[in-house]
Amino acid sequence: MAVIFERTEGLTDKDTHYCPGCTHGIIHRLAAESLTELGVLGEAIGVCPVGCAVMAYDYFNCDMAEAPHGRAPAVATGIKRVHPDSVVFTYQGDGDLAAIGTAETVHAAARGENITVIFVNNAIYGMTGGQMAPTTLPGQVTQTTPYGRDTAYSGFPLRVCELLAAVDGVAYAERVAVNTPAHIRAAKAAIKKAFQAQIDKKGFSIVEVLSTCPTNWGMTPVEALGWVEEKMVPYYPLGVTVDRTEKGVRG
Amino acid sequence: MKLNLLIAGFGGQGVLFMGKVAAHTALLEDLFVSWLPSYGPEMRGGTANCAVCIDDKEISCPLITEPELLAVLNQPSFDRFAETVQPGGKIFLDSALIEASQAQAARCAERGVSLYPIPCTSMAETEGLAGRANLIMLGKVLRETGFTSYDTLCEALKACIPASKEALLESNLKAVALGYSFGGQ
Amino acid sequence: MGRKFLMKGNEALAEAALRAGCRHFFGYPITPQTEVAAYMAKRMPKIGGTYLQAESEVAAINMVLGAAAAGARAMTSSSSPGISLKTEGISYIAASDLPALIVNVMRGSPGLGGIQPSQADYWQATKAPGHGDAQLLVFAPSSVQEIVDLVGRAFDLSEQYRVPAMLLADGMLGQMMEPVEFGPEAAGAQEKPWALVGTKGKRPPNVVNSLHLQPARLEEIVRERFQRYEAIKKKEVLLEQYRMEDARFAVAAYGATARIVKSAVDKAREEGIPVGLIRPITVWPFPEREIAAAAGTVEQFLCVEMSMGQMVEDVRLAVNGRRPVAFYGRTGGVVPVPAEILAEIRKMAGRA
Repeated sequence: MAVIFERTEGLTDKDTHYCPGCTHGIIHRLAAESLTELGVLGEAIGVCPVGCAVMAYDYFNCDMAEAPHGRAPAVATGIKRVHPDSVVFTYQGDGDLAAIGTAETVHAAARGENITVIFVNNAIYGMTGGQMAPTTLPGQVTQTTPYGRDTAYSGFPLRVCELLAAVDGVAYAERVAVNTPAHIRAAKAAIKKAFQAQIDKKGFSIVEVLSTCPTNWGMTPVEALGWVEEKMVPYYPLGVTVDRTEKGVRG
Repeated sequence: MKLNLLIAGFGGQGVLFMGKVAAHTALLEDLFVSWLPSYGPEMRGGTANCAVCIDDKEISCPLITEPELLAVLNQPSFDRFAETVQPGGKIFLDSALIEASQAQAARCAERGVSLYPIPCTSMAETEGLAGRANLIMLGKVLRETGFTSYDTLCEALKACIPASKEALLESNLKAVALGYSFGGQ
Repeated sequence: MGRKFLMKGNEALAEAALRAGCRHFFGYPITPQTEVAAYMAKRMPKIGGTYLQAESEVAAINMVLGAAAAGARAMTSSSSPGISLKTEGISYIAASDLPALIVNVMRGSPGLGGIQPSQADYWQATKAPGHGDAQLLVFAPSSVQEIVDLVGRAFDLSEQYRVPAMLLADGMLGQMMEPVEFGPEAAGAQEKPWALVGTKGKRPPNVVNSLHLQPARLEEIVRERFQRYEAIKKKEVLLEQYRMEDARFAVAAYGATARIVKSAVDKAREEGIPVGLIRPITVWPFPEREIAAAAGTVEQFLCVEMSMGQMVEDVRLAVNGRRPVAFYGRTGGVVPVPAEILAEIRKMAGRA
């Protein structure tokens, strides 16, 4: 019988701890498959965030480090400067990357640090139980915006890929989603392209993935997938914001 | 102690370099030495100073609070440090820039502190050695103290000038010679 | 004997690190340690190493974490306010059992403080270099030569015990020049089978991590680490005892302050006061046993620091109430002069 689906070598056998309907698992798989298909799993070194993906070192089947909250791009920088030919990636949520770690993100990008960032944006702090994130949408109800995010009071969400479009060190930035099969296929292509950019030493690459958090959004998994399409995509348009993969950032 | 010298002046007068050359003589003679600068915002236009200790045994305290020798290149440093010189000590002052008041001179005489005025800055200008008043002063200090040999000082000076600035060596050596041969006390 | 160089403490420190095989330095500018970074910036590119100016002290220490996890001899250097920013990363490095060297050229504080020499970060270095049950190996040199000698040792012991090391200096040592001699080049980093280098498809993944959600497991890990701390306390204490053979009074001081104390001790000896100096070279591990032993023969102790009194508590713990322990300190960047210390010694000896 022909094999039409199998586990990827890029992930361990361990069951993930993610909630039902959370799309972290899909994103892990896309990253792991990409590393495997590019033939660089044995060269890969990943850096976990603090957030729901804090234990991603149990799931990725490659060398992994666990960074302090927000500091993954700095940790990845240290690793990459020691092993320039390794494939170094961070896997970070929105609080980690776009709140406490904004400086580390922007400056790793500005240095054109040759690393890949997988940025999971689900518009909420998941691990701590559903507080406002830097990417929480205007009006969105969270534990710490119980009346909805009031931009007059709590300010506006950050559009990270657009922000990084102003930074010369970025070789590739694309926003994708994983709420439909078509989007998942596009997300995989983006992640693979980002890793390829690193392998080709083109500069900093980031893929922002719109993800779900049914638990903290207070929705069923199916409703959550719909919410991504209806609420998130209009605020966070999908697509490429930077592509310097042809010549590289120093080309 | 073989040398206990506090050098003070404005930042930019080469106070630290003068100290470094003096300190380097100890390295050539395999003696113990410490060179301790003041540091911080005063480096940029305010007063700067450095303490140089040379001895044949380990230098314990590198601070100089009561110098045996004081070399001063500006008035505020003279006013500030003259009184701290040990009885029987020596003060070298750039007389083109510093005036010892009668009271100050009397106070020094009272404490057995000798004054060695030398118009380093105007000598430097006359001889086309602008910016070398510090080394003229160092030549004078050497002449009056014999803390090392003339040749060792010249060798130390050579060692302190980076290869990229070798062109400056001759004028620096000339400045030392000028101070060394300066007569009047 | 090798060739001697006249070098600033900060520059000698940097050169010693290079000679110890350090090829990864991550920094952020701050007075009075800037020469360390400047030296590294100049030399690293010439020898195939990395000098990287980070966007913050926080980023710099995390770059050290990454480089150390990757198996390199990595270091950072800063001064008091910058070290406070690094303490988060230091805690993670300690908890991840990574070797690294952190240099603190202490300046007047708290807050932004000043830029003149100080020793007011002793507690931070020895008691709480970050959150949690953790220690650093802390070396406190008192001469430029000793800086050079301790840098290599700090790297070696840090790797041997997998405990991060700190070189605790001050602005005075960093800025002063003295003759130094460098030993033979070190072999460099030790074998590190735990390092992140990529599995190459040949072994299970290595993980560098400090998260352990099961209390019993975390306790076990911390206890194992403390066994290493105990071994360090037994084997790695360094100190200098100066004129202590017949001393009836002892002054305890470390770092640059100990130099000034030495001078005061010599003057007191000239006056016939039988006083000596106990100078911890490692302030963690602290020379508890040696000070306790001295308490058997010495009548009184005096601790002198450039702080309001921090190491004095460790001296008192070691003396354990058997003898009086007095304290004299200057702080805020004020350096005590020998005459002040001599006056305190006279007071202790009842000759005031």
